[in-house]
Amino acid sequence: MSDARSSSGAVNRPLSPHIQIYRPLINMVMSILHRITGAALYFGSLLLALWLTAAAVGPDQFAFVNGIFSSLPGKIVLFGFTWALLHHMMGGIRHFIWDTCHGLDIASVKFLSTISGVVSVAATVGIWAAAYLAQ
Amino acid sequence: MNMRTPLKNARRLGSAREGTDHFWMQRVTAVANLFLGLYVVWLIASLAGADYAAVKEALGSPVNAILLLLLIVSATMHMRIGMQVIVEDYVTGEGAKVFCLLANTFFAIVIAAASVWAILKLSFAT
Repeated sequence: MSDARSSSGAVNRPLSPHIQIYRPLINMVMSILHRITGAALYFGSLLLALWLTAAAVGPDQFAFVNGIFSSLPGKIVLFGFTWALLHHMMGGIRHFIWDTCHGLDIASVKFLSTISGVVSVAATVGIWAAAYLAQ
Repeated sequence: MNMRTPLKNARRLGSAREGTDHFWMQRVTAVANLFLGLYVVWLIASLAGADYAAVKEALGSPVNAILLLLLIVSATMHMRIGMQVIVEDYVTGEGAKVFCLLANTFFAIVIAAASVWAILKLSFAT
């Protein structure tokens, strides 16, 4: 078995089937989206830091950053940022429920996964609509 | 004669009741992020279309500034642990992994430092 090692020195063990072999299920999709939205928010934090530092530095810098954010591409990114945040929040609440050992039967898992997706989209649209109406 | 207990050797190596530190901190910061995050989303949405003076005053007001500072600390801790899990899952080479983990820590600290500086300046600058 001395040849069963990769160049990095790790033993080449057989791998279990990965996601492409499974039919997508709602809880699996939500789990993957939880990680993707988490990673997106990680880099999205750069936008919040940029906005805050621009506001702290001065009116010209703030106007520059605000100009980018209020352009159409900027608004699309911020809309996505809002959804990613709310989706990750809803996923977090779902995980809190699961952490208490509740809602782990298949029907509840399906319900919690579906409702977190529905609420995240509805809340994102609601927040943006409210922000527009308040202006 | 060695008077030290074996616990001395086990501490900080992941088996001295510290194995769940990240798991627990991720949940503690998640609870904080949930409430602080909703508040800050509402705060920023309410500032949509506001001019510079209004934004500056809102971000520097005591309640908003303190809640923003708390969110920045909690969120950067949370995102550092989260990204560490992602790196440990997908980055296999030892050198690349150490590099990514270092970069992850530095990124989180830079975001936190820049944001905290901004809030403090908005709060205390005359």
